Amino acid sequence: MPDTVTVSAPGADAPLVPLVGWGRTAPTHAALLPVHDDDDVRAAVLAASGRGVVARGLARSYGDAAQNAGGTVLDMTSAARVLQADLETGLVDVEAGISLDELMNRFVPQGFFVPVTPGTRLVTVGGAIAADIHGKNHHVAGSFGSHVRWLDLLTADGQVRRVSPESDPDLFWATVGGMGLTGVILRAQVQLKAIQSSRCLVDTDRTPDLDSLMTLLTETDHLYEYSVAWIDTLAKGKRMGRSVVTRGRFAKIDELPAKRRTDPLAYHGSVKASVPDVFPPGLLNLATVAAFNEVWYRKAPKRKRDQLQSIPTFFHPLDAVGGWNRIYGPRGFVQYQVTVPFGQEEAMREVLDRLSSFGTASFLAVLKRFGPGNPGMLSYPSPGWTLALDIPVMKGLAGLLDALDEVVIAAAGRTYLAKDSRVRPETFEKMYDRLDDFRAVRSRVDPAGVFTSDLARRLAL
Amino acid sequence: MIDALGSPSSLLLVGGTSDIALATARRYLSERPLRVVVAARDTPRRSAVAAELGAAGATVQVVDFDADDPASPARMVAEAAAAGDIDVAVVAFGLLGDADQLRSDATAVAQLAQVNYVAPTVVGTELANRMRSQGHGVIVALSSVAGERPRASNFVYGSTKAGLDAFYSGLSDSLVGSGVSVLVVRPGFVRSKMTEGLDDAPLATTPEAVAEAIVTGVRKGRHTVWVPGAMRWVMSGLRHTPRAVFRRLPI
Repeated sequence: MPDTVTVSAPGADAPLVPLVGWGRTAPTHAALLPVHDDDDVRAAVLAASGRGVVARGLARSYGDAAQNAGGTVLDMTSAARVLQADLETGLVDVEAGISLDELMNRFVPQGFFVPVTPGTRLVTVGGAIAADIHGKNHHVAGSFGSHVRWLDLLTADGQVRRVSPESDPDLFWATVGGMGLTGVILRAQVQLKAIQSSRCLVDTDRTPDLDSLMTLLTETDHLYEYSVAWIDTLAKGKRMGRSVVTRGRFAKIDELPAKRRTDPLAYHGSVKASVPDVFPPGLLNLATVAAFNEVWYRKAPKRKRDQLQSIPTFFHPLDAVGGWNRIYGPRGFVQYQVTVPFGQEEAMREVLDRLSSFGTASFLAVLKRFGPGNPGMLSYPSPGWTLALDIPVMKGLAGLLDALDEVVIAAAGRTYLAKDSRVRPETFEKMYDRLDDFRAVRSRVDPAGVFTSDLARRLAL
Repeated sequence: MIDALGSPSSLLLVGGTSDIALATARRYLSERPLRVVVAARDTPRRSAVAAELGAAGATVQVVDFDADDPASPARMVAEAAAAGDIDVAVVAFGLLGDADQLRSDATAVAQLAQVNYVAPTVVGTELANRMRSQGHGVIVALSSVAGERPRASNFVYGSTKAGLDAFYSGLSDSLVGSGVSVLVVRPGFVRSKMTEGLDDAPLATTPEAVAEAIVTGVRKGRHTVWVPGAMRWVMSGLRHTPRAVFRRLPI
């Protein structure tokens, strides 16, 4: 008598849970399945229903990238170990679920910083690769994918492939920036950046308008490793684009004050307080945000040099407040982030101008210059200006952002998938000229379309 | 998918040639192109509606649907979903009937109950099954203020809408936790081809106003909307009017 083999379909019994991104918009229901090792992932992928699978990390994508309505979503955050670390070279092998926060906790005291960090430490390495995230050092260091030596990818056939830019450039560069749609990233080798201290030397400048801001960044950005400008989007007319520019680099030991030299790599990253989930819609209105922006602009020094700041203060100010996305209330918010090439400054001005006159109660917007991009097929950064701002969901916003998309397309610009939650498929196609290459890789490694997400469905990727 | 700002990428119109269904499609198309499935009987009007929506930027798919045929709802939903998820489905078919005839003609009463109550509940069940497996979606059901408290002048129609309203309100609650939601729309007198030749009732409205209420209701995640909004308070008053007074009212 043959043995009876019971094939348990993992996730078949998992209850459907509502999932949202950081913007807390457009919730959909999926089976959320924690995975701990390759076997868990393989079993879930092979047992996937027609609604498919996507991996989810710390859910800092603003929109629907880590949602999969009616299907399976893999919670990757349990597989978060450091597998190997070479403290000579700074090469670390890690599981994809590890956060940049944890990498900093482990390696800053050893003299290494993550190669690229966005405005939050609370993202996973898997997510950082899938979104090919960028940070304040993009103009000199590029995006996260450029610091990945190889990654282990579990593809739709259940095989684990070690993919590097040399072994399979197409699959590697489809996965970097590929939003999890080529497979599940299990592990990666990342090149960390050597630092002598955990302190940054920061220069602050205030600029009265957009022209002076762009001039300042164009002329002197190359002198700094990290650079970003915060714009007051509510300032109109002559003051439109007034901003505070903070730029810096890691301090060397001999640049620290004597008392800090004994423990130059001391580091404490922690969430100080959490925002309760009780904020009413409309709390952030023109009056409250304008007042905040005014205070914030005035309190910044006009010009300050070589100020010592900690990593959290310089890189992740918002991480001090857990769940800050809740202040936008139950209707949630979107982040509009777009980039246009150098020479298209007028388009950027028009976008900013129309957002300012629309009167969205937007906190500070971020403007930055990108350096060269990488070969990532859906990777966002490319040489030019990038603007990002949070906007609460409000009447008329859908039409405004659709109109701004047209301005961006006309300027040969694009939108950032990790932030997007509302762009149209026809619009997206015009923004990424390597979309067909990406689709070709996907049909090679995932012909049945096992890997999918709400974002993939919405944009017909 | 319905995006972060409440814009769907596909719309199923069940009873796709109704004025309210058509106005809803036009309203969505005024914002963005989208996929529209027109489910209706094969008539010249269906072709005209499909052509108009196509010209307005929709990717149109036409599907047969007959409220008299018990097998039709399942087939219609399957065909509509074959090309992709259904984000928003508007259940907009129905008959007003001839009130005088309906007072005494049992066959006509059975026919009206089939089209206005039985078929919508079957369609609602098929749509809910499909959307539950999608993990998302919104079902919009066209009820009527006539169902809130049926009156002597058109109580058969009112009773079918009362049944439909109860079904979709209950379906809405049963779908909590599935990712699917239901919007019950209660318009007053709508000037449309259904009411052609009738005198306007107080607070009469238009298909365009109903469409606006549907789009806003879906966007805001509402469960019930009255069109016009004042109808809610009028009907609340009428509901509590003593019968002796209510039956004498000239409505």
